[in-house]
Amino acid sequence: MFGYYLELALRSLKRSKALTALMVLAVAMGIGACMTTLTVLYVVSGDPIPAQSSRLFYPQLEPRDEDNGFYDRGEPPLQLSWRDAMALANAKRADRQAVMTGGMGPVQPANSAQDPFFVHARYTMADFFPMFDVPVKYGHAWSAAEDQSRERIAVISATLNDKLFHGEDSTGRTVRYNGADLRIVGVLDPWRPHPHFYDLNYDSYAESEDIYIPLGTARDIRGQRAGSRDCWGKGGKVEEDSLETANCTWVQLWVEIDDPVKVAGYKAFLTHYSDEQRATGQFRLPTNVRLRNVNEWLDFNQVVPKDVHIQVWLALGFFVVCLVNTVGLMLAKFMRRSAEVGVRRALGASRGAVFAQLVTEAGIVGVAGGLGGVVLALFGLWMVRKQPDAYASLAHLDLTMLAATIAMAIVATVVAGLLPAWRACQVTPALQLKTQ
Amino acid sequence: MLDIRPILSTLHRHKVTAVLLVLEIALTCAIVCNAIFLVRQRLDWMDISSGIDEANVVAVRPVNVKPTPDMHGRVQETLAALRDIPGVEQATLTNQLPLGGESWNSGLKLDRDVAQPAMHVTNYYGDDLIKTLGARIVEGRDFNPGEYAWLDDITSGRPDVVKPHVAIVTQFVADRLFHGKALGKTFYYDDIPMRIVGVISNLARPYAFDRTTMYGTILLPVHMTEGLGAYYVLRAKPGQSDAVLKAAATRLGSLDPNRIVMTKTHFSEVRDTFFASDRAMARLLVGVCIALLVITALGIVGLGSFWVAQRRRQIGVRRALGATRGDVVRYFQTENFLLATMGIALGMVLAYAINIVLMVNYELPRLPVVYLPVGAVALWLLGQVAVYAPARRASHVPPVEATRGN
Repeated sequence: MFGYYLELALRSLKRSKALTALMVLAVAMGIGACMTTLTVLYVVSGDPIPAQSSRLFYPQLEPRDEDNGFYDRGEPPLQLSWRDAMALANAKRADRQAVMTGGMGPVQPANSAQDPFFVHARYTMADFFPMFDVPVKYGHAWSAAEDQSRERIAVISATLNDKLFHGEDSTGRTVRYNGADLRIVGVLDPWRPHPHFYDLNYDSYAESEDIYIPLGTARDIRGQRAGSRDCWGKGGKVEEDSLETANCTWVQLWVEIDDPVKVAGYKAFLTHYSDEQRATGQFRLPTNVRLRNVNEWLDFNQVVPKDVHIQVWLALGFFVVCLVNTVGLMLAKFMRRSAEVGVRRALGASRGAVFAQLVTEAGIVGVAGGLGGVVLALFGLWMVRKQPDAYASLAHLDLTMLAATIAMAIVATVVAGLLPAWRACQVTPALQLKTQ
Repeated sequence: MLDIRPILSTLHRHKVTAVLLVLEIALTCAIVCNAIFLVRQRLDWMDISSGIDEANVVAVRPVNVKPTPDMHGRVQETLAALRDIPGVEQATLTNQLPLGGESWNSGLKLDRDVAQPAMHVTNYYGDDLIKTLGARIVEGRDFNPGEYAWLDDITSGRPDVVKPHVAIVTQFVADRLFHGKALGKTFYYDDIPMRIVGVISNLARPYAFDRTTMYGTILLPVHMTEGLGAYYVLRAKPGQSDAVLKAAATRLGSLDPNRIVMTKTHFSEVRDTFFASDRAMARLLVGVCIALLVITALGIVGLGSFWVAQRRRQIGVRRALGATRGDVVRYFQTENFLLATMGIALGMVLAYAINIVLMVNYELPRLPVVYLPVGAVALWLLGQVAVYAPARRASHVPPVEATRGN
């Protein structure tokens, strides 16, 4: 029966090509716009590290004095001072912990024909790699001992490895960063968690860094920082070379706590640390600690750009207009065929059969519109990727969204077809036959 | 006006289709009004002045890969070399650029004993910065050479360093904190009383924490040192910025091969980057508006054609009874006008509803009333243009149709 409906539907659609094309176009445009913006939303609001996100935490403390200019929302600063971060990390109360900060500096290729270029760097600690599941292709990450001894070593990204060593195993070779020779111990596979959750200073959707250097080493080679630095207090020494002792927050600490039961314990540890600092006069403001996991941290920072939300609403509005348009056209189309419906009804077709046939026709428009929508969404995403925002380069249609696109188109058009089909079924056979 | 009664009674018989068309026009009207309003907002924002001589300012950011022991001498030597480049009006080393993205900020206090600052501002450093950027002094004077101190001395924590005690503020800060009369007044910066010696016309911040305080800017008499994101900024004579930028970048490297140029840029590029995502959003909104209008127009054409086909006999009867072709065209035009009017009326209400949602969630201002008549006229025109082809086809229905069945 369905095959017969399909045949009837195709024949009827062919009869009024322009109207059919118009309906398919409207559905395709609406679907295309929706799927483009929804894909962007889906990409930017995803969990950057699903396997680990509930076990990774970002401790915050309130180390400032009453006089700070940036005391707002009752929230502690977004970063830690070196002193506090090191104290917390060295206490090793979590399963893993890494202090880190962003950097940027010139890489001077050994081949002097190649110009120096700038890369983003991460100055961090050994636990960074296992904690964030960073995939290592060649060699290995460094050890805690190497952190301690401030070895002149580095782990580089696949991109940098391609650029400097044509993708070969470059472990044991040297990369010249910020004027210092660093021995490469590891090369990563492509890795780009998005959002760039562990450091939102630069851009929430920044690409991952190209070079990873032990934090101590980076300080020794005077690696430039790239991030923010908030200082408080008066007249103190605030120089880049001695930030370790300055009253400034400029590093991030991430910890991994595998057992959910221990999270409260860690928070108590933060409170205890903070109280202790207050007792010695180091901290002046009331104890105010936070321990957010990855997703809480992202929510708190409102990383999803507001424009993305507006775009989704806009596209949904557009889609509704397209659907209303399709309902109208379909109604017109079905009502024109009152005569045909009348004949079929008179010849014994049940109301349900006529209804099913008309809905099939709507469904075909939906399939065609969905396919068109996929093409338009691919085009839309291609346009998005040309946009200047950092998240733009992430906009790709995956299988889930592809399936969702087509399903949405079919469901939407079938729903849009229900009213016209129902109206057309109301035709009284006798009346239609009489006017013939 | 043409006889509206028969039109209304015909529409009454095609209630559902008519309602759908009205709904489509209403939604289009509401969305387009709001989208255009959003575009307007973006364009206004993108149009803000940085307060500097944008066409002629270029900037070069150096990075040192080796320690530089005598930073003061080095900066002075470099600046002398840069000012020596043909076509350079003025050059300096500054900590940040207007609309540059990276910013230095602090809180100003009017009362030393109040913990909460009266205003958050951005601070610019650099000698002769006003002249270099081409900013304009409205009142008072520029800094005197004796008032400057070096940044690294200030941040060294050494007690013997004499820190600056004068400042220049923007007109915006003067208005906000001193009711426009800032000259000679004092504010506290890092608990040091700072006397305002000059007021400049507005100079934009590097980064918009809050778009309403885009000109919350002060200048301090600080000699900047290299590093920390500092830029050498040069103002070229008109038309010479390309050559100046190129020469400046070369000169930085040739003075010290261990100094690598990280960025060299015209100010126009800085500005473009700053507004890039707003521009993209504005384009997208315009694109969606056009698509919406096209879809709506096609919908009108589609339904119009359907109605014409359905009413061939009725049209034929009217023609046979003496209606001219023009009468038939006008009939469909009036019909469309009525539908569009209903759609627009509903659309206005919807437009305000959407606007309220946007105001609550995205801190947008209220939709100005002027958008409504403009939107209405646009949709009326759109409807008339779209319905013209079906209406013309209707007018070609011969009177003899009246005698045919159906």
